[in-house]
Amino acid sequence: MRLDQMPSGQVAVVRQVENRSSEDPVACRLRELGFVPGEAVKVVARGPFGGDPLAVRVGMTRFALRLSEASRIILDETIAV
Amino acid sequence: MNSMSQSAAHSRVSGQSPLRAALVGNPNCGKTALFNQLTGNRQKVANYAGVTVERKEGRFVTPAGRAVALLDLPGTYSMNATSPDEAVTRDVCAGKYRGEPAPDLIICVVSATNLRLHLRFALEVRNLGRPMLLVLNMTDAASKQGLVIDLDRLSMEMGVPVVPAVGIRKGGAARLSGALDAMRIAPPEKTLSGDLHEEVRRLMTLSVTYPPDEGNILGEKIDRWVLHPVWGPCILAVLMFVMFQAVFAWAQPLMDMIDAGVAWLADTLRATLPDNALTGLLTDGVIAGAGTVIEFLPQILILFFWILVLEESGYLPRAAFLLDRVMASAGLSGRSFIPLLSSFACAVPGIMATRTIQNPRDRFVTILLAPLMTCSARLPVYALLIGAFIPDRRIGGIFNLQGLVLFALYAGAILSALVVARVLKQRDRGVEHPLLLELPDYRFPNPRDLALGLWQRAKIFLSRVGTIIVTLSVLMWALSSWPAPPAGAVGPSIDYSLAGRIGHLMLPLFAPIGFNWQICVALIPGLAAREVAVSALATVYAVGVADSADPAAQLAPLLSAQWSLPTALSLLAWYVFAPQCFSTLAVIRRETGSWKPVAVTAGYLFGLAWLAAFLTWHIARAF
Repeated sequence: MRLDQMPSGQVAVVRQVENRSSEDPVACRLRELGFVPGEAVKVVARGPFGGDPLAVRVGMTRFALRLSEASRIILDETIAV
Repeated sequence: MNSMSQSAAHSRVSGQSPLRAALVGNPNCGKTALFNQLTGNRQKVANYAGVTVERKEGRFVTPAGRAVALLDLPGTYSMNATSPDEAVTRDVCAGKYRGEPAPDLIICVVSATNLRLHLRFALEVRNLGRPMLLVLNMTDAASKQGLVIDLDRLSMEMGVPVVPAVGIRKGGAARLSGALDAMRIAPPEKTLSGDLHEEVRRLMTLSVTYPPDEGNILGEKIDRWVLHPVWGPCILAVLMFVMFQAVFAWAQPLMDMIDAGVAWLADTLRATLPDNALTGLLTDGVIAGAGTVIEFLPQILILFFWILVLEESGYLPRAAFLLDRVMASAGLSGRSFIPLLSSFACAVPGIMATRTIQNPRDRFVTILLAPLMTCSARLPVYALLIGAFIPDRRIGGIFNLQGLVLFALYAGAILSALVVARVLKQRDRGVEHPLLLELPDYRFPNPRDLALGLWQRAKIFLSRVGTIIVTLSVLMWALSSWPAPPAGAVGPSIDYSLAGRIGHLMLPLFAPIGFNWQICVALIPGLAAREVAVSALATVYAVGVADSADPAAQLAPLLSAQWSLPTALSLLAWYVFAPQCFSTLAVIRRETGSWKPVAVTAGYLFGLAWLAAFLTWHIARAF
């Protein structure tokens, strides 16, 4: 599952962040912001228009991510609650 | 070169010159509050050479009497820069920025409530191998959340000195100041080339004890309302409404006071000084010119007060979150919303507010769009022309025709802004530009930081824009005063002046859109401020402006007798786009540091205005 498809309120663990190009600056920044394998993430809110962007919590921090950004983040299927 | 600069730095530390320290950290680490605590109002705000990134430097003295020059570098998530701000931080820290010597000491600020994210950047800073001090900020909020941090252990494992601080509380920076006396300024004992996230996890396991239920529960509870798909936009709408109500309602008495003060000053000077050209220059050129600018100050300060409150409290990123999708349809991000909304009051503060947009291309496009938002200075012109030419009639029983025309003028401006944004962003298609926006914890805005922010904005506005405006106003005054009409001349004196001649020269360009030479002349002084066009028309049509409190009241029947309806509609269409506002062009020059965007803005607005007026005139004449 990818982060853009995850239902709100659930918690999952990041498996990896996918590069869209050989040196994808967005993927690189996502990793720097803490989206690294093993981190727990949670969708805390969705934008009012078409559910875009997402408000995602990773560690102690919340970020607003557009769906295209969130779709780079691949999650482990096992969902911890 | 490296060894030379290092030895130079060493002698500076031991000698009398101040210690040059740079403050770095993630956005939202409380760095700026700490900077304000340390330096108070001994701050110098300017731009870095060659870029429009704000450079803030302040000075303070440590308890032991050592002078420190502290540079507040832009907040950044990583040394792997993705914006001009971040590039400045990266280059200054590395000692590679032209005109900025490498700092003697890097003070890296991390928020104790967000160590997972902030420590990674601190490790990047440590890897630079420069003398470094780690400041653990917001320790009060962390202990409120139940976090226990072992400072000694953290310091030992990091190999750098660590100081706790509470940036927002009075005296919160005192320990930091004291620590500068106590510490030996030397490169960090360790550097690391492995995975920084791994190292952060190790550091946190060793030195941080978590409460049973980790995380910021209160913030998430507030967000449940603020980011709610229905309540979120409602809260935003109410906030925006109150904000603009405040800008108009609170500012008006202050603006009237300034207006009256400026008029009094000019009258007093006119009464006491001899009636000659120099007095005219002083009263009609300098004072009237500066007066029109200073009159905007209350609006700007109130608007910036709100923007600062929204920014400091952590609400602004939430507004951007809610509106991102709407702005994305125009190729922009949610960050462009506030500047564009502000531009309905006046494009000058709106353009100044584009500083909060990180993406330089987005900022550029937002600046170009700001003059399209119908500013309040256009209202007097709209009111005059609509009152004179549009019949006060009901349409369909409920709508007033005059109101509908006014609405159409506003709606037309917004629609054209959407089209212009799409065109300007055409070549950005396919290039993804990310949102990736942190939603920081909510915070109570600190009055001291608000006051400092307002003071700095006011200073920038008055000094820079003021000088340009005064120069242009003097030029305008000279053009419309010289040469004086010959003895026994009939008709308004402006007819004989250079401005009058220019009006006639402009006619070939403006005749195809239905303007007569009088309108052309009125367009010239309207450059200083749009609403001046009304009084300029009054002058041209020789209406006694001085005798009448309300020249517009006399002017309206005169205009409707002299102009055709297509001419009036054409002038209205012209005003939707017309770039004729020197204050806006001057602030664009200041904010972008280059003449190119000024030329682009003036050029495209002029083109659109001409085209819109041309179409309006011809369509209106066909009926």
